[in-house]
Amino acid sequence: MSIHVSHLTKIYGQQRAVDDVSFSVEEGEIVGFLGPNGAGKSTTMKIITGFLPPSAGTVRVGDIDVVEDPMTTKRMTGYLPEHNPLYLDMYVHEYLGFMAGINGLRGAIKKRRIEEMVHLCGLSEEQNKKIVTLSKGYRQRVGLAQALIHDPKVLVLDEPTSGLDPNQLMEIRRLIKAVSLNKTVLFSTHILQEVEALCDRVLVINKGKIVADDRLEHLLQGGGNVLIVEFANKVSEADLLGLEGVEKVVKLANFRFQLRTARSADIRTRVVQFAVEKNLSLIELKQEEGSLESVFSQLTHPEPIHPPS
Amino acid sequence: MTDIFLKELNGFLNSLMGYLVMVVFLLAMGLLMWVFPATAVLDYGYADMSTLFSFGPYVLIFLVPAITMRSLAEEKKLGTLELLMTKPLSEGSLVTGKFLACFLLVLLAMLPTTVYYFSLYQLGSPEGNIDTPGVMGSFLGMVLLGGVFCAIGIFASSITTNQIVSFILASFFCFLFYTGFDSTASLFTDGKVSLLIKQWGILYHYESLSKGLIDSRDLAYFLGVAGVLLVATKTVLSSRSW
Repeated sequence: MSIHVSHLTKIYGQQRAVDDVSFSVEEGEIVGFLGPNGAGKSTTMKIITGFLPPSAGTVRVGDIDVVEDPMTTKRMTGYLPEHNPLYLDMYVHEYLGFMAGINGLRGAIKKRRIEEMVHLCGLSEEQNKKIVTLSKGYRQRVGLAQALIHDPKVLVLDEPTSGLDPNQLMEIRRLIKAVSLNKTVLFSTHILQEVEALCDRVLVINKGKIVADDRLEHLLQGGGNVLIVEFANKVSEADLLGLEGVEKVVKLANFRFQLRTARSADIRTRVVQFAVEKNLSLIELKQEEGSLESVFSQLTHPEPIHPPS
Repeated sequence: MTDIFLKELNGFLNSLMGYLVMVVFLLAMGLLMWVFPATAVLDYGYADMSTLFSFGPYVLIFLVPAITMRSLAEEKKLGTLELLMTKPLSEGSLVTGKFLACFLLVLLAMLPTTVYYFSLYQLGSPEGNIDTPGVMGSFLGMVLLGGVFCAIGIFASSITTNQIVSFILASFFCFLFYTGFDSTASLFTDGKVSLLIKQWGILYHYESLSKGLIDSRDLAYFLGVAGVLLVATKTVLSSRSW
């Protein structure tokens, strides 16, 4: 089962939350969906899972259009919404039973699936507790168990690890890895290490548009370098941009700049020379290797923060 | 649909809510019917159940919205509606399941009042001197009225995420449907216009049923109003415009 999204657009009033987005997730792939808050990740996921209708474009899950035949695609898809909504006054076992029921499971199969999920998600000791008494990590496990109960071929997880402590994070990550065999998984996250730990491929979305869709290695290679420089005295941005190899200058603070260069270029010596020529005191010079962070910030161009001077 | 119905019913019966509604309804009806001198049958002197059927709807105007207020408003607020709507479950069966669970709870609350009939049957002089068809018609009317109130409540719950707003809207609309049209009709002196407006309200059809004559037009009115409201609720859910 694959997910094919083509020319997807979603308009809320005047705002284009998702703007002509096309991508596909092939069978068996785990794809990480990255982007700043409000970039359109959740909206895209809500459309894929059939919660929101698209304004334009199509989404096909396993070659079936989600608008034309939503019941079939919903049956094949497991979804963990953002913030993991749960019925807090239900017992874990009762909740999984209810979720299995609305997924159309009955009788012996339903019973077996609930037991399997309790076992798989490590809920054996918690299964007779009320959900409201569970910690955030366990609630997240219940959310995952719910998404997996009908053994879906396609799994859509919206920020499955947000708000967890590092131990819980590792557990949930391990769980996702374990269940994702033979499944097509699309998950969104803010945690870049998670993408490195789990994904085959990365999609980066910004302001409703896909800005990168590549294998992780390729993305890291093409990312270019980021150089942080800080001077003790005034320097013009234009002079910095005039340096050979500098592609972009972002002002971070008063005399502190972020220089973006091509991946292969190392311009540190050039910056030092520049400082000497202009008689400037260079007080910081830091090269950030093409990490996912730098790729991410480069692709999504965050607004520079201006601390009060 | 069955899953939603059972989940809702379990929700009522596992919490205080369901029992509270039944106790309050029965307590209010019991006091009005047997204890408070102004309305009690024993002081009135006739084996007549009109107290139950004329005060019952007013108690239901407050109780039914209390049952229905959280049904969809809370699902929306908690985000669990997103969970339900991404499952192979249609909006129609969600609304129907919720409606039936609320309706059943209302029926359970009304059920013990049938005992009043047997008590009054014994109290009549001579024994059994009671307008049986009238009582049966009135019971049917109250059941149908409960159904319409549930549909109003579910609809009110679907258009907001706030339970209090849902409760107030539902109570207001129940009141409006019950006596609002009747009161408006009294503003007009023209008999024809007045009758036309009256027929829009529940009271006209409720009173007609209480005469013991079960008219298909009255049944059609109750089923129609409930049906239209449930379809409207389904449409609100399908539009996902929150």
